[in-house]
Amino acid sequence: MKKIIAGLTGVMLLIGSALPIMAGGSKLVLTGSTTVFPIAQKTAEVYCDNHPEVEISVRGGGSGGGVAALIDGTCDIANASRPMKTKELFKARGKGIDPVAHVIAMDGIAVIVHPENSMDKLSMVQLKDIYTGKISNWKRVGGKRGVIVVVSRDSASGTFECFNKMALKKEKVRPDALLQASNQTVAMTVSKTPGAIGYVGIGYLSPQVKALKVNGVNPSKRTVSNGTYPIARPLYMYTDGKPKGLTGRFISFIMSAKGQKLVEEVGFVSVK
Amino acid sequence: MQRRFKEKLIRDTFLVFACVSFLFLTGIIIILVKEGSPIFKEYGVFHLICGKSWYPTYEPPDFGILPLVLGSLWVTSGALIIAVPLGIGSAIYISEVAHPEIKKLVKPVIELLAGIPSVVYGFFGIVIVAPLVQEFFGLPVGLNAFTASILLGIMAIPTITSISEDAISSVPQSFKEASYALGANRWETTVKVTVPAAAGGISTAIILGMGRAIGETMTVLMVAGGAAVIPRSFFQPVRTMTATIAAEMGETVVGSSHYHALFAIAIVLFVITLSFNIIADLLAQRFRRRLG
Repeated sequence: MKKIIAGLTGVMLLIGSALPIMAGGSKLVLTGSTTVFPIAQKTAEVYCDNHPEVEISVRGGGSGGGVAALIDGTCDIANASRPMKTKELFKARGKGIDPVAHVIAMDGIAVIVHPENSMDKLSMVQLKDIYTGKISNWKRVGGKRGVIVVVSRDSASGTFECFNKMALKKEKVRPDALLQASNQTVAMTVSKTPGAIGYVGIGYLSPQVKALKVNGVNPSKRTVSNGTYPIARPLYMYTDGKPKGLTGRFISFIMSAKGQKLVEEVGFVSVK
Repeated sequence: MQRRFKEKLIRDTFLVFACVSFLFLTGIIIILVKEGSPIFKEYGVFHLICGKSWYPTYEPPDFGILPLVLGSLWVTSGALIIAVPLGIGSAIYISEVAHPEIKKLVKPVIELLAGIPSVVYGFFGIVIVAPLVQEFFGLPVGLNAFTASILLGIMAIPTITSISEDAISSVPQSFKEASYALGANRWETTVKVTVPAAAGGISTAIILGMGRAIGETMTVLMVAGGAAVIPRSFFQPVRTMTATIAAEMGETVVGSSHYHALFAIAIVLFVITLSFNIIADLLAQRFRRRLG
């Protein structure tokens, strides 16, 4: 019995010693939102090219996972496609972490349909009625007769949260809506389904889908940055306290003209 | 002395290895129960398991997992309708009918199906199967329980075939010879003697195939459509337990009710697959006794 315990302790020590991959010195760890991921990855790549002594690791895992990692101290920067929630802020303060938000980019959410759909615009009211289930045929909004297939993001994603708040005024999406786990799969489903409607970040627009005007405004970088497009949101990076050292240098790089150019390159809208 | 010490060392090392998997299993169970139980208390076991709507991020949230449980069972049963005849049929062909040369080719090919990553099946489903299903049946959308069942069925075939084939091949030659001696032909022998004698192993195969289908995540996440409604037809989108956990875990606030509810789903799923495995094990034991 004693031997078993000794053996187990050995194994646990082995596992334990492999666990803490803590950030320190010239190493930077970014974790969180899959929406912010391409920005983080691109800027990290370019930053490392210019500073070969720096090692930056970027991980996905979702906004919730990123914030949890910041609170646990296992990352330096948490990427989030939504602001931190009150509960998370309380938890952070309880652990002596002081989260500071940096708005690093803007993202517009474009409403998309199949390219052969005759529709080219919807009002915010029509959009809400379609998603909540009040309208279920394209004929009711001026299109050709046909069932509307509602495609949405998973209700836990930051993109959904933003769309739900801004377009649906927090009303429930019809229960039989197709929920997809990523921007790509929403775009793919809509491009393959003639009656579908969906929404994606404007970085994911392609000729395979048709973006609708919302309240008469086309989704584009210009309309998002001048505030005329109605469904847009900021993207965040959170740090513990005011960013210092390498974390600070990396954040200022993203906020610089060069960093913001990279933001535009990966399909988002610059905040400058 | 030296040798005895060496043997003891080897034995102890393997003991530690065996304990490690035990340790992991216990760890997983403890974490599941610890993280999942608060929601049972907060929301009520009955509400959680029999609730009909899943709106985890609204105020107030709905944590009814019935549509998810039924969604999982729905696509799993669809998958079995496809995989059981095909899987057992191929197993009978491989062990009883096929020429040894063909057997050498077919068996690895079927087993290769098991090696294809599930995300590849999912991609194949979205790009090829779903549009075909949509067009062929004239549906508004191709991502539904039917498409998911086809893909899960294909994925469960290797499990069912290879275990059934082992069971059929291990039926003693004397059984068959007795049957032939009574004047039965090859078909009668296969259907009335060999397959019934291997029934225990075949049931194990089916149950393990079922476990494979119900636990599959990536493919259903991509092709089942993801609508959390109680399924009424095979041609409507459904949402499974696995897909819900995979899609929502990363984005949820750690320690929130939603987070605990996802663990509660995991507990339910764990109980279901565990009972599948126990049943499979009991059947296998019984089968061994009958032939032994």
